[in-house]
Amino acid sequence: MTEDSEHIIEVRSLVVKYGERTVLDGINFKVRRGETFVILGGSGCGKSTLLRNLVGLMRPHSGQILINGRDFTAMSDDERVEVRKKLGMCFQGSALFNSMSVGDNVALPLREHTKLEESTIDIMTKIKLELVGLGGFESFLPSALSGGMKKRAGLARAMAMDPDIIFYDEPSAGLDPIVAVGLDVLIRKMQSTFNLTSVVVTHEMASVEQIADTVCMLKSGRIVEIGPLDQLRKSSNPFVQQFFERRPDDENGENPEYVRSLTAEE
Amino acid sequence: MTAIIGTTGRIALNVLYAFTRVCVLIVDTMSWTLIAPLRGKGLRVRSVIQHYVEFGVNSLPIVCLICFLIGAIMAMQSAYQLARFGATQYIADLVGVAAMRELAPLMTAILLTGRSGSAITAEIGTMKVAEEIDALEVMGLNPIKFLVVPKFLAMVLAVPCLTLIATFVMIAGGFMLSITTIGVDPSLYLEETMNALVMKDLVTGLIKSLFFGVVIAWVGVYRGFQVEGGAEGVGKQTTSSVVTSIFFIILVDMLFTTFFYFV
Repeated sequence: MTEDSEHIIEVRSLVVKYGERTVLDGINFKVRRGETFVILGGSGCGKSTLLRNLVGLMRPHSGQILINGRDFTAMSDDERVEVRKKLGMCFQGSALFNSMSVGDNVALPLREHTKLEESTIDIMTKIKLELVGLGGFESFLPSALSGGMKKRAGLARAMAMDPDIIFYDEPSAGLDPIVAVGLDVLIRKMQSTFNLTSVVVTHEMASVEQIADTVCMLKSGRIVEIGPLDQLRKSSNPFVQQFFERRPDDENGENPEYVRSLTAEE
Repeated sequence: MTAIIGTTGRIALNVLYAFTRVCVLIVDTMSWTLIAPLRGKGLRVRSVIQHYVEFGVNSLPIVCLICFLIGAIMAMQSAYQLARFGATQYIADLVGVAAMRELAPLMTAILLTGRSGSAITAEIGTMKVAEEIDALEVMGLNPIKFLVVPKFLAMVLAVPCLTLIATFVMIAGGFMLSITTIGVDPSLYLEETMNALVMKDLVTGLIKSLFFGVVIAWVGVYRGFQVEGGAEGVGKQTTSSVVTSIFFIILVDMLFTTFFYFV
């Protein structure tokens, strides 16, 4: 395999700024095809911002994001739409369209992007919902589902177009441990069954142990350490150790200088 | 001193920023409404119809009720003055012209701002808070095409239609009151109304109402996309949407009236 086809996502010296302050500073990493890549970090470290850049909801200040070898940041809007058809995203709050039934939510990308017959779309919707364990819930409105079911429905919608990559934003946030681990198992299943590449943003250590192939640890907008899960477990970096062992900060709070750099207005 | 200059500068920048955002929204909406369908990117006709029913048909009862009452009120108020000259049949002229040129378009627009403009802001704002707008974008669905264009088209079509109905209901309100309470002869009233009205009154009223529709849709959508934070943000922007919309409706009204009758 060539270098290009092995890596499905490549981020090169990515810099993201909100106004004057730098949120992500020189991020570099590669994601291999078919692996589960976890972006790990504390609150406010820039991991959600990184995810928003990866899916193109934000444009970076500088740097490149290559998806399948093509620069996502430099594309025209029409080209981005084509790339996005092969990306799926599960949002933290599931982001299902509340005015539509679960079935319509899943069918929406198919109806908009393909010219399939309605009967075919119906069957595909059923298959996707079965896949996440929500068979028979087509006609339910999202408001009638529990938190865990909403996330599963969100995953079914993300899977609708048979994507190459799925992005998860805090998949287990706000769920009880049993539902959360169920979702982790589902993420694993999707990855192994369809050879999907998964990029997961989280701060749940339990989840990381369960799903991660490669872990990328962020702190204050920079990568602290990146490598296979085992490597990070044995890491000598004090921050990584602290995170894995769940020890509180010595000064009992975040680094005040960093907090000031985020909030101070020039 | 520096504080004053600083504040002025910041306000100016904010205004400029808002202005560019509005321009981007306008250009995007127009290109997705007029140009994109010609390039085969489609128009969500079903959604337009759904919104048209919501904005237009469902607003009909309240618009008719209010306009009927206003027609009657106008007749009563003018009867008080005209009765002194024994000229009560001229109530017909007054009500007819005022309704067709000014009051029916204005009342319809203000009612729709309160009823549907606020709903547009609240809907888009809530979708933004719940990351639904982001979800659309990630799926490769353009929020302008998907959310804005159907609302825009439906509103621009609904307001003139409602205005036309409102005009006749308002005249009917004046008519009913005049013939029952004031004792104007029905056929005389109708004849006076027909004599007083010219085509220009109707056309200018409808053209104005078309632009009122544009204002309601754009302000509603713009405020919706401006929502930040949570439920509080939605409430704030919805209020602001109604106020801004009414202000711009009056402004547009002023400009068009000047243009139609004083230029």
